[in-house]
Amino acid sequence: MSGIGLDLSRKSSAYSMDDLVEWDRRIREKVDEFGLDCFPQEFEICDHSQMLGYMAYSGMPSHYPHWSYGKSYEKLKTLYDHGVSGLPYEMVINSNPAIAYLMRDNTLLLNILTMAHVYGHNDFGKNNFTFKSTRAELTVETFKTHAMRVRRYVEDPSIGVEKVDRILDSAHSLSWQCRRNLAIRKLSPEEQIDRALEGAEPRPDPFQKIHARPERVEPDLHHVPIQPDEDVLLFIRDHNPYLAEWEKDLLTIVDEEAKFFIPMMETKIMNEGWASYWHKQILESLNLDQGLHIEFIIRHNQVVRPISGQLNPYHLGLRVWEDIYRRWTEPTADEIKRDGVPTKSGREKLFEVREVERDSSFLRRYLTEEMIREMDIFQYEARGEDYVVSKVADDEGWRAIKDTLIKNIGTNSIPVIKVEDADFGQSRTLYLKHYHDGRDLHLEYGEKTMAYLQRLWGREVVMETTLEGKRSLLCCNDRGFSVRALK
Amino acid sequence: MATGETIFREYRPSDAERSDRSAGDRLRHRQKVRESIRENIADIIAEESIIGKDKDRVIKVPLRGIKEYRFVYGDNSGGAAQGDGNSQPGQVVGKTGKEGPGKGDDMAGDRPGVDYYETDVTLEELIEIMFEDLELPNLERRALREIQSDYSSKRKGYRHVGIRVRLDKRRTAKQRVMRMLAAQRRANGKIEEALPDDEEPEEFEEDAADVSEITALQPPDQTAVRQKRFPFHQDDLRYKHIEIDTREESNAAVICIMDTSGSMDTMKKYLARSFFFLLYQFISTRYRNVEIVFIAHHTEANEVTEEEFFHKGESGGTFISSGYLKALEIIRERYHPSLWNVYAFHCSDGDNFDSDNPTALKAGEELAEICNLFGYGEIKPLGSRYYESSMLNVFRRIQAPNFHTVLIERKEDIWPSFKAFLAKDRVQE
Repeated sequence: MSGIGLDLSRKSSAYSMDDLVEWDRRIREKVDEFGLDCFPQEFEICDHSQMLGYMAYSGMPSHYPHWSYGKSYEKLKTLYDHGVSGLPYEMVINSNPAIAYLMRDNTLLLNILTMAHVYGHNDFGKNNFTFKSTRAELTVETFKTHAMRVRRYVEDPSIGVEKVDRILDSAHSLSWQCRRNLAIRKLSPEEQIDRALEGAEPRPDPFQKIHARPERVEPDLHHVPIQPDEDVLLFIRDHNPYLAEWEKDLLTIVDEEAKFFIPMMETKIMNEGWASYWHKQILESLNLDQGLHIEFIIRHNQVVRPISGQLNPYHLGLRVWEDIYRRWTEPTADEIKRDGVPTKSGREKLFEVREVERDSSFLRRYLTEEMIREMDIFQYEARGEDYVVSKVADDEGWRAIKDTLIKNIGTNSIPVIKVEDADFGQSRTLYLKHYHDGRDLHLEYGEKTMAYLQRLWGREVVMETTLEGKRSLLCCNDRGFSVRALK
Repeated sequence: MATGETIFREYRPSDAERSDRSAGDRLRHRQKVRESIRENIADIIAEESIIGKDKDRVIKVPLRGIKEYRFVYGDNSGGAAQGDGNSQPGQVVGKTGKEGPGKGDDMAGDRPGVDYYETDVTLEELIEIMFEDLELPNLERRALREIQSDYSSKRKGYRHVGIRVRLDKRRTAKQRVMRMLAAQRRANGKIEEALPDDEEPEEFEEDAADVSEITALQPPDQTAVRQKRFPFHQDDLRYKHIEIDTREESNAAVICIMDTSGSMDTMKKYLARSFFFLLYQFISTRYRNVEIVFIAHHTEANEVTEEEFFHKGESGGTFISSGYLKALEIIRERYHPSLWNVYAFHCSDGDNFDSDNPTALKAGEELAEICNLFGYGEIKPLGSRYYESSMLNVFRRIQAPNFHTVLIERKEDIWPSFKAFLAKDRVQE
């Protein structure tokens, strides 16, 4: 799911469905010509209130009910009604067939542009490795079954909406505390035991005679979990014996949904850049008449313009993709000297990258120093009340800037928290650890989220973290929340 | 690409089920907002902005209950963003606690801060929420003069008889159609019994004649038109029934007495006014036939309008007794206790002229005697309590069970003491 920002004229449409079908045919010719590999595509024409409805539910045609979606609807509507923000031109769901919504009130050109853009997303979703974990052909059905299950619990007289909300509220607050790289398989408990045993074996030592024999440390195979577990919701589901079946099911549903959206978070910049790159290529090759062409240039530039003080993923993504194409097509003399003559054509390289990278690796590899300078990307930090520019793109700063940038995109902006022990102090206290990377947790949010965690776990919950350089333990139990210092 | 045809689904405006599927979730959200407001009502009241304002005024209310919390990074995490081409180190680019820079449209970065944490409610709504679970102390009924208030006339069902103007044409016509269909079915059934094979139109006419006998209003001999005509019958007629909702309400008068002397500084006046504002709002939302009297006093007392009461400042010394005497006078003139339930509330800082205390005490006792409930609220902003005299000690001598005092020290006290005032029901009886 993704959308292009910015709104515009809500001119009434002076084109027919047949026009759209015809333009779609022409776009698809180009899509085939450029070698994009797409799922079948479905477009649904909707008006702005339907679009708001879809947006509130992340574009899903059916979705389980929860008040937070009502909240997001109200918010979107308020912003829209007050003209603060416009509606996206489109929404795409990465499913097979791919579903996209087109706004009826948009101009013809805008819908042409949108369709071309959608085919870019479609191709990306079908081919990028991060999306392999989402089963595209089942997406819509899965969401529908989830919705049916949740509704059934809501309607069940012995459960009801209050209880369902209690679980969903808590689960939502923890939904992103799951594995991020879904291409790495999670080890089964048996495999984890094997690993632990293997790890306990001493390394083969060629100088055994002169070395002291290393002591064999017996791994604690009764420790739960054997390896720290990042899937917090699933861990609670599997290890809290007091949860009812429906509660476990809700946790599963929330977890599955989060994992559906993780690939999108992980590839936001690439994905938007890719779609923008191809809508540009396609529209430029369509021989638009002058009026449409001018409008295309205006719209395109609105979408991919840099926004000062922010980072527009459309802009950043497109710039990097174009740079990759350039470097593999007509590299400068310096680049040949540094990287050698390209072995692949520009387009081959593009298709390779779109398959095997995600945002962090994409930027790490292809965002060059020159680009950071050119785009004037800076690093900022909090100083008192203000955010202040701390580094600018110069010889010293650019690497740090790049690191900071990568640290703040996609799932990197979510703290890594793992379950370390389910029976801490032999009192079934849940012990979690925040893998601190220099950024402290927001304490107020932490406190509230810990309370949700405790609600789901049913016993005391503690979390190790670092606050202002000191190792601390956040505790949440029946007596409330407290922060203790650790040695 | 290995795909079939692209599918276009046309716009379906009537697809209400789909487009409005968020209705349920929105409703739940609004309920949550309401709950959250109710929980924070004491804080909202402590906000100055609501006092004495117009009812339609929209107030921004902070919402705490409905934030969605997650584990997120705090303020010490910086970020990267794009500049306008000449960014310099040290340049200020945003405020912490607000949306930092670098947070693009929907970059998944979960930073706290910009949540939907405020909502707009009108004052009227707010008051409604506030008083949802409060009741005025049981108004004792004084039998002699109960005001009959014709609240509203409500439709309540339908009757077979009534006056012509209330004839419900639609329902009457419906009844006729129903009767007609029933009659036809009966007629057809008869035909089928009598003539299973074929039916003669004349036979049908005959049966129809049977049917029409039921319709008493019809003259019996016009068989030709009978088939087409199926006139209204007395039984078809339906009349709207209207019930007048009368409520007998106790007669109540609420007398608000406020000290407006010079010692009542802005803060004190503000606290007192907040208190009366709540009281006044509460009473006027709940009861239609409650009369409210405003009395402002310094060394002398005047009956004032609502507007003056809430907004006008005065100065001078304090004779609390003057306010009470004025109240007694008004009660004597207009609200005789045998006919009216009288409630009196007085707010002051207790800085009374000593010489006035005995008179005030006496008047207070008198008031307590004739009122259902008499309350005294002493406004003592923190700190001022130790060097200023207090009437609380004086009034302690009033033994009446229906006299109550509260102490308001700060904004946060207003709501609890207000609730306490109302909770204390009339003990006697």
